[in-house]
Amino acid sequence: MSTTPSGAGKVAVASRVRHVLRIADTSLVLAQRLGEWVGHAPAIEEDLGLANTALDLLGQSRLLLSYAGELEGMGRGEDALAFLREEPDYLNATLAEQPNGDFGDTIVRQFLIDTYQLELYEWLTSCADPRLAEIAAKAVKETRYHVRFSAAWLVRLGDGTAESHGRVQASLDRLWPYTRELFDADDLDREVAAGGLAPDLAMLRTAWLARVDAALAEATLRRPAESPYHWYGKQGRHSEHLGYILADLQHLQRAHPGASW
Amino acid sequence: MAPGDPIARARHVLAGVPDPEIPVLSLVDLGIIRSVEVGADGTLTVGVSPTYSGCPATAVIRADIVAALDAEGLARVRVVDVLSPPWTSDWISEDGRRKLEAYGIAPPPAPVASVRALTIPEASPRCPRCGAADTELLSEFGSTPCKALHRCRACLEPFDRFKCI
Repeated sequence: MSTTPSGAGKVAVASRVRHVLRIADTSLVLAQRLGEWVGHAPAIEEDLGLANTALDLLGQSRLLLSYAGELEGMGRGEDALAFLREEPDYLNATLAEQPNGDFGDTIVRQFLIDTYQLELYEWLTSCADPRLAEIAAKAVKETRYHVRFSAAWLVRLGDGTAESHGRVQASLDRLWPYTRELFDADDLDREVAAGGLAPDLAMLRTAWLARVDAALAEATLRRPAESPYHWYGKQGRHSEHLGYILADLQHLQRAHPGASW
Repeated sequence: MAPGDPIARARHVLAGVPDPEIPVLSLVDLGIIRSVEVGADGTLTVGVSPTYSGCPATAVIRADIVAALDAEGLARVRVVDVLSPPWTSDWISEDGRRKLEAYGIAPPPAPVASVRALTIPEASPRCPRCGAADTELLSEFGSTPCKALHRCRACLEPFDRFKCI
């Protein structure tokens, strides 16, 4: 691998691992959040929709975690990475770990991440790492479907009754500040972008924003002003919510190490 | 043990292994068997493409493949994931589409070899029960990751549709 002349080979292995973990962890944490809806969604169709989306995200994160483990070369597989890493080692976007709230909060969080992942995966299908490109090509098809679901609900709630409009606008106002982290490039983002493993985040934001603005216009929602707050989940500094999610996610493996089906 | 080319035998066996969630379709009908190869030491390698990356049937499918080939006397089998190019519902065989419809699941439309297909909106499926064209989408997601839920406006029956990806 180190002899590969492609751009990917110039990026330090540790950085490549962290880059893949960021993508994997956002999917994994969001899948775990969506799983909390099972049996509680407003209607059976939405219960199935959220559960199916969770399943896709979980599948994507498994492919990515396995790959991160192989890149790392320390013998850690998908299970070790999912069940035995501590909170600061999780590199998901802070947005993914925000609580489900009401159905509108969940839909807004989902729409913002679905559209982000759609732009990201579309770009990654032609990145300098063939394995990452292959996983992205699989994931992008599923993600297109997720966007159809979350965007349709965003429009239905936003352009619905005065009550649904007001509540979903409040959800958007509450969650929007977390989107900044997705596009604020740090050193790692710049390193992997220079190696052809990730898009330029300013460019990604432009494409994402066009998609988001189109849906918000149809939903008669107003895009909130940019917030001065920064979040650093992708660097392992999380909001207070992730610890509780991991307690749920990791309990079994912590209590019964090595337990399997 | 039956004589003959192990690859041909394996393909014949796989054509009889049902999908665990839609048992009218075989794994070959579904288009997820991507390669069958035999190594120098006689080990068979079966390449399988997952339909959806989180589909819970994937592990069952792997086990079913190994069990079916083992029963045929092909004991040394390795099942590998093939992610690229990603599986598409276009790979469901013509036969598979007919079986799906007869089973009550509207199949994805037959693949169209034209770039115009990219701009044509997805047509409503025909009702697999009464054949009416007047149907509506109830839910983008159904009972398994690969299906959506529709309803016929003519006979009013709800039905599953295989999602087009």
